[in-house]
Amino acid sequence: MTSSQSASFFQSTFLNLRRDFFSSKIGGTVSLLLLTLLIFVLWTAFDWAILRAIWLAEDHQLCKLDDAGACWSVIAARWRLILFGLYPYDEHWRSALGCFAVVLTVVLSCIPRFWSAKKIGTIWLLGYGSFYILMQGGIFGLSSVSIDQWGGLALTVFVFASVAVIGMPLAVILLLMRRSEMPIISQTTGVIIDVVRALPLLTILFAAAVVLPFVIPGWMHGDKLYRVILGFALFFACYQAEILRGGVQAVAAGQEEAAKALGLSYWHRVSRIVLPQAFRAALPPTINQFVVTFKDTSIITIIGFFEILASGAAAFGSAEWGFAYVEVYVFIGLIYFSFVFCLSRYGAYLERRHTIATR
Amino acid sequence: MKTIRNQKVQRLFIQYGFLGSLLFLLIFSILIARDNLAAQGITSGFAFLQRTTGWEVGFSLIPYEAGDNYGRVILVGFLNTLLLGAITLPLATVLGVIVGVMRTLDNKMSRIVGTTYVEIFRNIPLILQLLVWYALLRALPPPRSAISIGESVFLTGRGIFMPGFNVPALWTIAAFLILLTSLFVMQWFRKARRFYHVAAQTKRNGSLAIIGIGLVVAAGIITATREAGLPLVTFPSLKGLNFRGGLNLTTEISAMILAISVYGGAYIAEIIRAGFNAVPSGQAEAGRAVGLSEWNIFSRIRLPLAVRIVMPTLINQYVWLMKATTLGVAIGFSDYFAVISTSISQSGQTLELIGLLMGGFVLVNYFIAWALNRLNDAIKLQGTQLRI
Repeated sequence: MTSSQSASFFQSTFLNLRRDFFSSKIGGTVSLLLLTLLIFVLWTAFDWAILRAIWLAEDHQLCKLDDAGACWSVIAARWRLILFGLYPYDEHWRSALGCFAVVLTVVLSCIPRFWSAKKIGTIWLLGYGSFYILMQGGIFGLSSVSIDQWGGLALTVFVFASVAVIGMPLAVILLLMRRSEMPIISQTTGVIIDVVRALPLLTILFAAAVVLPFVIPGWMHGDKLYRVILGFALFFACYQAEILRGGVQAVAAGQEEAAKALGLSYWHRVSRIVLPQAFRAALPPTINQFVVTFKDTSIITIIGFFEILASGAAAFGSAEWGFAYVEVYVFIGLIYFSFVFCLSRYGAYLERRHTIATR
Repeated sequence: MKTIRNQKVQRLFIQYGFLGSLLFLLIFSILIARDNLAAQGITSGFAFLQRTTGWEVGFSLIPYEAGDNYGRVILVGFLNTLLLGAITLPLATVLGVIVGVMRTLDNKMSRIVGTTYVEIFRNIPLILQLLVWYALLRALPPPRSAISIGESVFLTGRGIFMPGFNVPALWTIAAFLILLTSLFVMQWFRKARRFYHVAAQTKRNGSLAIIGIGLVVAAGIITATREAGLPLVTFPSLKGLNFRGGLNLTTEISAMILAISVYGGAYIAEIIRAGFNAVPSGQAEAGRAVGLSEWNIFSRIRLPLAVRIVMPTLINQYVWLMKATTLGVAIGFSDYFAVISTSISQSGQTLELIGLLMGGFVLVNYFIAWALNRLNDAIKLQGTQLRI
């Protein structure tokens, strides 16, 4: 690089910097203030989490010192409890493998190549099925583990995957009923969807866990976890049905009319013409709905399930680790963040792609 | 045979069949519920609202003690939820507007800070954030070594203590609401098209009169309901192991306010940013061309247009935030849901209480949606104004 080139390089960098950060006196002051704030926050966090942190489980006595930072010893000592809950110690690999299967399912279903009802259905059934078989055991020489012992991250993942697997078809059913030409059916469904959407998720989960046993016969009770998952799936489906309805409205009316004119039956119109286009139009909000659902699975801890928040609370629940709650919360927060951040970035990318494609 | 094949008849048949099976399910579950309740010796109906509860709640706007009845404790919870909504919705909006605007500025530093805030707080579940805020607030020093701000506000592990009126909380809120209403009425009087032809002098006097009436009524309420024998304003002071006097914002409600405002702020910031980005740049450029200052372009052109664009999304977000208050049960804040769930475990009147719970939320959320939709109808661009 010649000297004049490097000079112009520095000059343009300088100009860019000035434009971005110091365009005016006020802008410059604000920039400096915010920069100081950001550096202060980042440095404090860095200092606490890395520089002064205690890393090894054996060193946990050091955490009590006054100048000790984050006590990651608690994670080193208790990570299995946080991730796997009360699942039998020797079988933890199954839990981990099952979670990996679900994560893989989610990743695969993000690839456009698999975006057809058959492929995506197969992927989810395979992923969900292998998770369930791995966790439950009882066949292929795996010892059987009852559902009461599932916990930690695995339970969170299980609830999320079940809600998705049950909720999505339910959403399509609700959508079709909502769009039905028969007024009684569409209006009744509309009322049901609106009421469910006006209720907090927690009340629905609570009703499914506590009230449902009152109003259904004994043989239908099932496990509390399954009832809660059904309630959650209903909640998900009501939101998703409205999202899909938005997608259907984005499909040009001529499409369905053309299909009618060609003499396609109702099911063909719906499954070949309307729904594929509606799903594509509603993809970004659908991803967003999955993101929200994954975050909302944390609510089941209130109903008394041992999911990752509860297992985290158990990790610092003993007298030995009672002081280290922030570290555990940060650890769980990072797990949620990495899942949710990737999904929501992906959703934003799709949205950009979509706007460019339809512009 | 012909009548059966008739599409109209078929459709009627399907529809009434659907309705009938729903009704059948409903009646079936009511019958089972009656059996179950009878087996447990619980009489259904709302008579239990008159029974005494025998348990305390942590935070209450109206006087309540363990000897009061279920009706009252449910009212306490409902008011707490409303209070939480009334505090957090405006706070989240302010935070969201600030951060959202920061992310649309030319200044890159403010964009970076705004993005960091949004990405951190939007991608972590609310309940986890709530638990962290709660744990952090509880880790504040005990009252004896409280952090004091100007010797009048004290941050302690048992809550935040600040100077307060010696007036029952509900009446303070009522006075505040009256003041707020008079401000709104004044603004309406000044700006509404109906009073377009009123002379400027009359307008000024009228506005002053409206504010004056509001002030007098509010002051009247405060003086009429203040507790006798106490000064109007008390400052918290350390008595023994805890602070006495003044207003105590308990740790639970402080954590709820912080968590919901910060989380909701991140969501609202995204909505606001999207709204600003949806305003066509030609609008701002036109403003620049006619020589408006940057501030005027922001406050007179971009903000009003953005508000109109985001209003429908914002309404959904408000309803959503209102629903988020139910998470208070996780840290022991006595909101509507927490109070109802304790009542269920204490009284066993499951179905009635769940009905009250759902009815309450449907009512509140429909009211919020209705009120904001009216506002939306009033401000949205109409007819020939629709240029964007």
